Parts: sequence; structure tokens; C-alpha cells
Amino acid sequence: MNAIYVIWLREMKKYVRNRSRLVGNLAMPFFFLTFLGMGFNSMGITGLPEGISYLDFLAPGIVAMSLLFSSMFAGVSILWDRQFGFLKEIMVAPVSRTSIVIGRIFAGMTSGVIQAFLILAICMLLGVRIANPLGAVASIIFIVLIAMSFVGLGISLASKIEDMHGFQLIMNFLVMPTFLLSGALFPLDKLPAWLAGITYFDPLTYGVDGLRGLIIGTSHLPVVLDFCILGCFCAAMILLARHLFNKTEV
Amino acid sequence: MIEVRDLSKVFNGRIKAVDGIDVEVRSGEIFGLLGPNGAGKTTTIRMLATMTKPTSGQAMVCGIDVAKDPDSVRRCIGIVFQDPALDDQLTGGENLDFHARMYGMPRKEREERINEVLRLVELSDRADELVEKYSGGMKRRLEIARGLMHRPKVLFLDEPTLGLDAQTRRIIWDHIMKLNSAYNITVILTTHYMEEADFLCKRVAIIDHGKILAIDTPENMKRSLGGDLITLKVKDAAKTASIVRSIKGVKQVKRHDNSVSIAMANAGSRIPELLKKAESAGIEVESIDLHKPTLEDVFIHFTGKRIRDQEANAGDRLRERMRARNRR
Ligand SMILES: Nc1ncnc2c1ncn2[C@@H]1O[C@H](COP(=O)(O)OP(=O)(O)OP(=O)(O)O)[C@@H](O)[C@H]1O
Ligand SMILES: [Mg+2]
Repeated sequence: MNAIYVIWLREMKKYVRNRSRLVGNLAMPFFFLTFLGMGFNSMGITGLPEGISYLDFLAPGIVAMSLLFSSMFAGVSILWDRQFGFLKEIMVAPVSRTSIVIGRIFAGMTSGVIQAFLILAICMLLGVRIANPLGAVASIIFIVLIAMSFVGLGISLASKIEDMHGFQLIMNFLVMPTFLLSGALFPLDKLPAWLAGITYFDPLTYGVDGLRGLIIGTSHLPVVLDFCILGCFCAAMILLARHLFNKTEV
Repeated sequence: MIEVRDLSKVFNGRIKAVDGIDVEVRSGEIFGLLGPNGAGKTTTIRMLATMTKPTSGQAMVCGIDVAKDPDSVRRCIGIVFQDPALDDQLTGGENLDFHARMYGMPRKEREERINEVLRLVELSDRADELVEKYSGGMKRRLEIARGLMHRPKVLFLDEPTLGLDAQTRRIIWDHIMKLNSAYNITVILTTHYMEEADFLCKRVAIIDHGKILAIDTPENMKRSLGGDLITLKVKDAAKTASIVRSIKGVKQVKRHDNSVSIAMANAGSRIPELLKKAESAGIEVESIDLHKPTLEDVFIHFTGKRIRDQEANAGDRLRERMRARNRR
């Protein structure tokens, strides 16, 4: 228990201290929202749910995007600890590997929640219409699930790959497709059938859909279904992270 | 304190990093593992510190089997790794705080202990600076301080002074001596610096290719060579060696390419006799060197090579430079 807190505390100290990462994590969503959102907004995109502007449609997707990127990064950052040797210090301490994994997942989740709500605030400033304030608050459930899932996935991958080259591969071949196929940027129901089929295997699809349902009040699937599928994925990722991290040696 | 029986580690089914070693380290001792690059020192330490599982054999640390109860072993040991293992985005104090919390020390004890170990390694005034800003020697001292935080009974130091300058090395040696005498901590250190082993260690094990070739006190090891060492530089080493061997009192003769080293008691007073014999055999002695045996000589005796040859292979030297740079 104590170890979970200690690991969490270290990550949070570094998170708060690292201003540039904090700003950087907000800058990309901000650019997407303003430039992409405003850009397509003025074109008047068709095929969106009734009464929803493109900017509204995009906002939950961008929250999910920022969670995907920062959570994966938080998980994979074990690689940095390995590189700089600090992982040895963590591993030689008399604490269970499981608590190390949980500490990191909680840390990634905490910073994810903070970041997601900052982005939601930016969205509101940019004029995104929130359907129901309570729904926006309830979206924390999906925010937490998305964050924990991808921190878990990041830890799993970091336990398997040894070096920094692997990190680039992950970013290009896993994170980008996961983002683009999640329906964050465009509605999935107008896609060709084969591509739409693939999107159902993208766990972030359910995160985006759930957030959209709660924040702007329109979703493709029932929000409860999104919740169940994402919840299962999240549990699986946590278990996988625990399993793989338990087996690593430094 | 430590008992190792027939301990081995094989990597990938073929690299025998440690090959059936037996060691016993007594409580309160400073024990050295002396060996060249790749000898298996770090692998040995890693097994003793529960960082990697032995392939075969048994190791008891603090009376606990490392394979059976690694958690209890971890509570009992402190370790300073060969390569730096600090978080340099945290301050020195925060690094220590992290460690103390991981070992479950309550707040009050934690604060006192942090101040205590910082004072011990003379870093109190730099505690609030990011480790990023520390020099290599300061980082090393901080790591040693950290290894002591939770009052371990056994402290492992893997090449504690690698890549540091002579002056910093001395400071670290003093710290190690101080902790050993003041707190009676058992210290196991690895090194490939002869002077370090000689100065610090009560007993030394010479290790090469994963095997222990000798274990003894540095004094006994040097004495075992049989007196002082004379090195004759000559053209015809083979002939010289055979002549020298017949001289009374000569304990050992080793032939090299163009020199012969001779171990004998009271060598200084025997040099004239030696030279006379050489001259009458028509051997031209180019130069002569006389010295008390050092651990280096012991090492050459057991392994047949210098530990850090002047012509050390380029890879090793590059690696050391890289490490030294990482420390900075
Ligand atoms: N994780 C590993 N996988 C494969 N081989 C390894 C591994 N770790 C060490 N080895 C090999 O085991 C041998 C012993 O390595 P070790 O690090 O124990 O040597 P060392 O005595 O500490 O050397 P140095 O003075 O360079 O630190 C070397 O041949 C090394 O290549
Ligand atoms: Mg080593």
C-alpha cells in the first residue's frame, strides 16, 4: 500500500515540476481544437448528429486523444527509468512489483484526469456546447478508464521492449492508428464496412463514444455498453501490465 | 554474513558469467571482488542482491537464502550499483526520501536519517539541489548515502569509484572505511583498481572468467609470491630464466617476452650476485627493477595478465569513458 503511494508521489512531483511537459500536453489538443475544429467547423461538415457542430463533435475526441498520448507515455516512461538506471533502485526495494505497477497507473490516471478537465475547460472557452453539466462530471469515469488502460498498455510494452527504438515504433504503429481509428476526428458510421469493422477492435473507440455520450449528449453505441467494453479492456491491461512487469529483470 | 556455495549464472544457455564460486564473508569485513572487465563481478553481486536468479548453487545473505526469501534479503542489504541509479530530476534529498519511504521508514525517523547520511557524505548543503547539477563524485556519494539509509547489515558496492578522479576516490575510500568501522557494516565491493582493493579490503577474492582463483588477505597474497620482485630486462629471456632458476633462494621465475621477473627474499642484497651470474653467462642486462610485490603482481601471477593492460582493448576504454561521462 505504502509503496503505491511512494511511486505515485514521485511521478506527481515530476509531473508538477515539468512545466514544459504540462504545457506541451495542452498545446496539441488546443491546436487540434482551434485549427482543425474551427477549420472544419466553417466548412459545415455533413453527416454529424443533428444540432451538433464539428467543434462540439471533436471536443470529446480531443480529450480522448490527449489521454491516449499522455497515458501511453506515462506507461512507457519506465523505459527512461531503465535507461537512467533508476529502475534498479525501484526494483531492489522490498516492495512487490504489483504495487509498483499500480502506483504508476494511479499516477498516470491522476495526471490524466487533471489534464482532461483542463482541456474540457479550454473546450468551453472555445464555445463547445456541453449537453449536461452532470454528464460532463460523470465523464470522469471514462477519463479514468482510458487513462488506466493505456498506462497499463504502456507498462506492458515497456516491459517487453528494451530500448528507445522500440518507443518510436510504438508511437508510429500503435498510437497513431489507435487515435485515427477511434472516431475522435470523424463519425465512424459513414466509413466503408471493412474499415468500420476494424474500428470496433480499437479500444479507444469506446472511450471516445462514451465521452461523447456524456459530454455532448450523443453517442453511437449505448454509453453503458461503451463502459462495459472499456472496463473489460482496462482490467485486462492492468493484469497484463502486472504480469509482464513481474517478469522483467533489470 | 554471506555464504556462497557453488554459485553459477549462465546467460542464454551458454555464457557462463559466474562459474561455481564459493565464498564466505564474515560479519564486519570489507571484502573485495577483484577482477578484469567481464569477470563476473557484477553478476555475482546481482545474484546476492536478489536482482537476478542464480542458475545453480546457493547463496545465503544475512542467513537468508536469496532464492527462497528475496524480500527479507532486500531489507537486510544496501547496494550501490555499478552504473548510476539516481533520478536526476529530483533533488538529492528527494532521492533519499524516496528510498526511505520505499523501505517504509516512518516520517520522523526518515527525516533524521536523511540528515544523518547527508552529513556522513558531506552533502548536507546540496540536499535541495537537483541531482542533475551534481558532479560525478557527489552523485556517487549520494548513492552511498542512499545505500545506508535503511541501516543495512550488508552493503554492496559495485565499482564504487569507477570513472572518478584520484582525489574523489580517496574521499570515497575514507567514507567506506568510516562506515565500516563506525557502524560495523559488512561491505562487499568489486573493483578492478588494485590500490582500491589493497587499501580497503580485509580480504580479496581474485575472479576471472567467472571463477575465483584465490581468496586471502592482500598481505598474504603478496607474501605468497615469495619475497621481493626483481625484473630484469634482457634480450634472451629464455636463457636468463634458466640460469636464474638455478640460483639459491629464488622462489619463482616468470618469463615474459623480453624480461624475466624473479621472486626472492631480500632481493636487494642479491642483485650483485645475480648480475655476476648473468654476465658470466654472456647475458646483457638492459635494466633492472626491484620492488615489493603489489596486488598487481599477485593478479598477474594468478591470471597471467595485467588487470588493466596499457593496451586495454579499445572497447573497454570507450565504455569507461562513456560511464564517466554519464556520471558527470
Ligand atoms: N544480462 C546479460 N545477458 C547476457 N550476458 C550477460 C548479461 N550480463 C552480463 N553478461 C555477461 O556476463 C559476463 C560477466 O559480466 P559482468 O557484468 O558480471 O562482469 P564484471 O566483472 O562486472 O565486468 P565489469 O568490470 O566490466 O563491470 C560478461 O561476459 C557479460 O557479457
Ligand atoms: Mg561490473
